[in-house]
Amino acid sequence: MFEYLWLIPLFPFVGFVVNGLFGNKFTEPQIGAVGVAAVGLSFAGTVWLFLQLVGLPESERFIAKQVYTWIRAGSFEANVSFLLDPLSMVMLLIVTGVGLLIHVYSIGYMHGDKGFARYFAFLNLFTFSMLLLVLADNFLLLFVGWEGVGLCSYLLIGFWFENKEYAYAGRKAFVVNRIGDFGFLLGMFLIFTHFNSLNFVTVFGNASHVLTAGVATSICLLLFVGAMGKSAQIPLFVWLPDAMAGPTPVSALIHAATMVTAGVYMVARCHVLFLHSEVAMTVVALVGVATAFLAATIALVSNDIKKVLAYSTISQLGYMFLACGVGAFSAGVFHVNTHAYFKALLFMSAGSVMHALQNETDMTRMGNLRSKLPVTFRVFFIGALALAGFPLLSGFFSKDEILWKVLNSPYGGFELWFIAAAVAGLTAFYTFRMIFLVFYGESRVPKEIETQIHESPSVMTIPLGILAFLAIAGGWLGVPHLFNQFEHFLGPVFNQYGTIGFFEQTHELVGPETTFMAISSLIAILGIGFAYLLYVAKPDLPAHVVARTQGFYNFFVHKWYVDELYQALLVHPLNRFSDRVLWRWCDVKFIDGFVNSVATATGKLGGRVRKMETGFVQNYALSIVVGVVVLAGYFLLKSME
Amino acid sequence: MSLSSLNLPVVAPVITLSLTGFVIVGVSLIWSKVSRHVFLLLSLLGLGLSFWFTTSLWNSNTIAFGGMVVADNYALFFNFIFLISAALSMLLSQGEHEQGHLLNAEYFALMLFATVGMVLMAAGSNLLVLFLGLETLSISLYVLAGIKRTEPKSLEAAFKYFLLGAFSSAFLLYGIAFIYGVTGSLSLRYISNFISSAPLASQPLLLLGGLLVVAGLGFKVVMFPFHMWAPDVYEGAATPVTAFMATGSKAAAFAALLRVLHSLFDGASTDWMVILSVLAVLTMFVGNLAAIAQANVKRMLAYSSVAHAGYVLIGLIAWSDAGTAGVLFYLLVYMFMTVGAFAVLSFLSSRQSEFVMLDDFRGLAFRKPAVALAMAVFMFSLAGLPPTAGFVGKFYLFSAAVKAGHTPLVVFAVVNSVISLYYYLGVVVMMFMRKTLRTLSIPPTVPLIACALLVAVLASCALGLFPSYLMDTIEHFAVHLL
Amino acid sequence: MNELIAVLVMLIGVGLVVGLLLFLSNWLGPKRENPVKGEPFECGNIPIATTSARFSVKFYTVAILFVLFDIEIAFLFPWAVVFQSLGWTGLVSMSLFIAVLLLGLAYAWKRGALQWD
Repeated sequence: MFEYLWLIPLFPFVGFVVNGLFGNKFTEPQIGAVGVAAVGLSFAGTVWLFLQLVGLPESERFIAKQVYTWIRAGSFEANVSFLLDPLSMVMLLIVTGVGLLIHVYSIGYMHGDKGFARYFAFLNLFTFSMLLLVLADNFLLLFVGWEGVGLCSYLLIGFWFENKEYAYAGRKAFVVNRIGDFGFLLGMFLIFTHFNSLNFVTVFGNASHVLTAGVATSICLLLFVGAMGKSAQIPLFVWLPDAMAGPTPVSALIHAATMVTAGVYMVARCHVLFLHSEVAMTVVALVGVATAFLAATIALVSNDIKKVLAYSTISQLGYMFLACGVGAFSAGVFHVNTHAYFKALLFMSAGSVMHALQNETDMTRMGNLRSKLPVTFRVFFIGALALAGFPLLSGFFSKDEILWKVLNSPYGGFELWFIAAAVAGLTAFYTFRMIFLVFYGESRVPKEIETQIHESPSVMTIPLGILAFLAIAGGWLGVPHLFNQFEHFLGPVFNQYGTIGFFEQTHELVGPETTFMAISSLIAILGIGFAYLLYVAKPDLPAHVVARTQGFYNFFVHKWYVDELYQALLVHPLNRFSDRVLWRWCDVKFIDGFVNSVATATGKLGGRVRKMETGFVQNYALSIVVGVVVLAGYFLLKSME
Repeated sequence: MSLSSLNLPVVAPVITLSLTGFVIVGVSLIWSKVSRHVFLLLSLLGLGLSFWFTTSLWNSNTIAFGGMVVADNYALFFNFIFLISAALSMLLSQGEHEQGHLLNAEYFALMLFATVGMVLMAAGSNLLVLFLGLETLSISLYVLAGIKRTEPKSLEAAFKYFLLGAFSSAFLLYGIAFIYGVTGSLSLRYISNFISSAPLASQPLLLLGGLLVVAGLGFKVVMFPFHMWAPDVYEGAATPVTAFMATGSKAAAFAALLRVLHSLFDGASTDWMVILSVLAVLTMFVGNLAAIAQANVKRMLAYSSVAHAGYVLIGLIAWSDAGTAGVLFYLLVYMFMTVGAFAVLSFLSSRQSEFVMLDDFRGLAFRKPAVALAMAVFMFSLAGLPPTAGFVGKFYLFSAAVKAGHTPLVVFAVVNSVISLYYYLGVVVMMFMRKTLRTLSIPPTVPLIACALLVAVLASCALGLFPSYLMDTIEHFAVHLL
Repeated sequence: MNELIAVLVMLIGVGLVVGLLLFLSNWLGPKRENPVKGEPFECGNIPIATTSARFSVKFYTVAILFVLFDIEIAFLFPWAVVFQSLGWTGLVSMSLFIAVLLLGLAYAWKRGALQWD
C-alpha cells in the first residue's frame, strides 16, 4: 500500500503539466477542476496513508520507499526516494489539506484574471515542490523541493509582473532566498564530505560517532541559514512582508501550508544534528525569540491588513524556531500545524475583505464591516482568536505548549519565557487592533466603494468555514494531559535516534502546567481587552499614545529601520563599492582592460579566423591538411625520443 | 559460398531501408502525380520496419558476410539513434518553408540511403565496410545539402560539403591503406590481434594510418581542426537536412571512431590520449567561443555541434566502460535535443521567410508559449542544466573522465559549459524577456512537426529524469566492447 | 630510430632546397612589369574573346553517367571470368547490382538527364 507513495506528489505535478500546457484552451471551471482535483487526489491519498500509518505499531511507522535511482556513477548515487514517518505525515496533511482549501478558494478569488491557468499551474507546482520537500529521504531531493518552492514563490509573488513593484518584490524574495539556499548548499556539502552520503537515515544514524561539536555547529548553522531564508527569520525576513504583492491566496499558501514552514520542517527533520551542537540550538532559540519580538512590534503599528498578517507570520515562525531551539521539536511542529489553519483562515478572510472593498488593504479606510460581511467577519474573528491564543482554540494550545517547554527545557529558561509571553500579549493586542479597525467603529470606507460591498461567493466562504472549524478544534489533539495525541504521534520521530527525551529526564517542573495555561489565557485576554479599550471604547486614545511614544512609534512603523539598515549597511556600500571599486577601478581599469584586450585579441584572432571563414574552401582544406601535418609531426617527434 | 552463409537476416535493417528507398524512387517514376505524403508514409514505414528488425536482433550478437558486418548491441543501439533521427528529420520536412523542396521522392530516398550508410558505419567491423558506409552517407548528404536548388546558399553548402568531404574521405582512405599495408588485413578483429602481438609504437606507418583515419572521421564528427565546413553547411542546408546531418552523421562517425580506435589501441596509449585531449579542448573552445558571436541560430547550433563533439570526445578519452557508455548515452541525448532545436526552427519558418535569426526569437514566449517552452527545454538541455537530459549526459561523460584521471580535461569542459550557458540562455532571454521587434509571420501549426517537437521534448525530459534505466542497459553492453 | 631521422632529414632538406630555390628566383629574377606583359598570350594576336569558355552543364551529367556505366562494365568483366565458380549466389548478387544501377538509369532518364534540351 505504501508502494504508491509516489503518487502523492505526482498528482499536483500532473495538474501543473496539464494546466501549464493546455490551460489556455480550457475554460475557468475546467482549469479550476484540474487544479483542485490534483491536490484533492493527493489529499485523499494522504488521508488514506495516514489511516494506514496509524494502523501500524509505533516502531514501524518509518516507511522509506525508493522510487528509482536518478543517476549513479561509481559509489555516488542520487536516489529519488521518499520517507514517510509521522513527521512527514503531519506535513503532508497540512500541505495537501490546507493547500486543497486554498485551491478551492482561489477559484473564486482569481475569477476573471487573465492569468487564471498560469496561476493554477504555478499553484500546483508549488504544492508539488513542497510535497517533494517533505517527502524526501535525502538532502539532495529535499534541496530540489527547496529550490522548487523558491522558484514557485518567485513566480507567484511576481504573478502580476506588469506591475514593476510586484515584479521587484518577487525578485527580492528570490534573492533573499538565494542567500539562504547558499548556506543550505554549503551545509549539504559539509554533510557529504563528513558522512559520504546524503541519505537521512545514514546521516542521522551515524551522527553520534561522526560529528564533533565543531563540525556539528558549522553544519547546523549553515543549514539554519537556509532555514532563516525560507522561514523569514532575522536577518533574512525582509522578503516576506513584500511577498504580499502576489494574489492573496498565494500569501495564504506561502504563509500557512508551504514555503515558510519548510525551514521549521528542515530543522525538525535534522534535529539529530542540531542536538549535537549546543551553540546551534542556542542560536536557533535566540534568533527565534528575537524575530518573534521584532515582528510583533512592527505588526503593532502597521495599517496594512496584509502587512499585519505577514509580520504576525514572522512572529509565529519565531515561536516555532524558539521551540526547536529549546529542543521542543514536536511543540514546534504542532505550532506549524495549528498556525497553518488559522493563518490560512486569516489570510483568506482578509482576501475576502479586500475582495469586497476592491483590493483595499489600508485598515484606515475600513471599519464597521461586520454587518456587511457577516460570514467573513465570523471566520476572521475565529482566526483572530486562535492567533491571539484565546483559551481553548487551537493557537492557544500550541503556543502554550511552546511557552511551557521553553520554561522547562534545559536549553530554555525564564528570560526566554518572559519575552515569549510578552510577545503573546503583543500578538493578542495587534490581532484585535486589526479586528476592531476592520469590523468595528465608524465606517471609513469611501462612499463610492461602500455601496458595492458584497459578501464573497460560497466557493470562497466554504473553505473559510472549514478552516474556521480547524482553527477552533485543530489544537485539541494536543491538549496536554487530556489527549496529548500530537506529541505522542510525533514522539517516535524525535526519539528515533535516542538522542532526546530529556524533558522526561530533567523534570524540574516550575509549577503545574495548568497554572501556566491560566497565565497564558490571562495574557491573551489582557491583550484583547487593551485593544478593545484603545480602538473601540476610546477611539481617540491611540493618537495620544502615539504622540507620547513618538520615538518608539516611528521606530516600529519603519520596521526597526531594517530595510533602511540593509540599504545603508549592505545595498548602499555594495553599490558604492561596486561603483567606486568594482566599476571605476576593477571593471573599467582591470576587467574592461582585460576584457577589451581579450576582445581585441579575439577580434584580431577572429579576423584571422574570419579570413578562413569567409567561405574559401581552400582555406578549410588547408586547415585539415595543417591539422594532419601537425599531428603527424607530433607523432614523429615523439617516436624520435 | 552460398546465400545462406551470408547470414542476411543480420543486415535486415539495412536491406529494409535500401528497398524502401528503391521503392520510393520507383513509385515516383511510375506515378508522377502521386500525393507527396505517400513518400513520407512509405519512409516512416521503412524506418519502422527497420527499427523492428533492429529490436529483434537485440542481444543476438551475430555476424554476417563472413565477419564484415556485426550486429552487436553497440551497433544496434546506434541504429536506434539513426532511425529516430531520420524519422524526426523527415517529419520536419513537412514545414511550410521546406515544402517546395523537400517533399520530393529524392529527399526521402536520399535520407534513407544516408541512413543505410550510417547503419553500415556502426555495424562494419571491416575498414572497407566502414568506408563504404561513410561514402554512402556522404554522397547522399552532399545532394541533400543542396536540395534547395533555387537558393544559392544551399548550393554553396552542398558544394563546400562535397569538396571538403571528398578531401577528407581521401585522408580516411589513405589511412586505411596504411593500416592495410602494415597489418595485411582490413578486418578490425584481425588488426586488433595483430597490434596486440606487435606494439603500435614500433609501427610508425600504423600510427600515421590511424591518424589519417581519425582525421577522416574527425571531419564528420566536426572536430577541430576539421570543423570549418560545419557552420557554412549547416546554415545553408535545409533545416531538416541540417538536423539529420548534425545528429545522425555525427553519431555514425563517433560509432566508427570508437570501433576503429578500440581495435587500433592496445590499452590506453598516452600519445593518442594527449592528442585527443588537446583536440577535445580546442574543439570545445573553438565551438563555444565562436557560437557566442552568432546572430543566426542555425549557425550558432553548428558551432554548438562543434563544442558537443568536444564533450563527447572526453568520454572517449576516458577510455573505460563508463566512458563508452557515456558516449552512447550522450549521442542519443544530443540527437533529441538538437533535432528538437531544429524542429523549432522548422515549426516557425513560414513560406516566405526562414525563422533563424536570434532577433526573430524576441518575445516568442508571448506569441507561441508552448514552442518557446520547448525551445527553452532544448537550450537548457544543450547547456547541461539539471534536471534535463543534457545535464545527466554530461554528468556521465565527465564523471567517467574524472574516474580515469583526466580531471584537468573535465575542468576545461566545465569552463566551456559555463561559456556555453551564455549563448544558450541568450535564446531563452530573447524569448521570455524581450519585446518583439519585427514580427515574422508564424505559419499555422503543422501537426507532424508538433509531434516531432513533442517527442524531442519528452525524450529530453525523460532521459534527464529517468536516465538510470537506459544507462543500466548501455553499461551492460558497453562492457563487451572494450 | 635511425630510419625516422632519415625521414626527418629528408623533409627538412626538401623544405630547405625548395624554399631556397623559390627565394632565389624571386630575388634574383628581374621584375619589370608593363601592360603588354600582363596581357593573355594568344599566338601573338590580340585576344578577341574571354579565355574561360563556358560549357553546358549537360556535358557533366552525360559524362558522369558514362563513367558510372563504364565502371559497371569494369565490375562485370571479372564476374564473367569466374561466373562458373560463383554459381547462383554470383548471379543473384550481380542481378541485384545491375537492377540497382538500372533503377538509377531509369530515374535519370525519366528526369530528363539524357535530354539535351
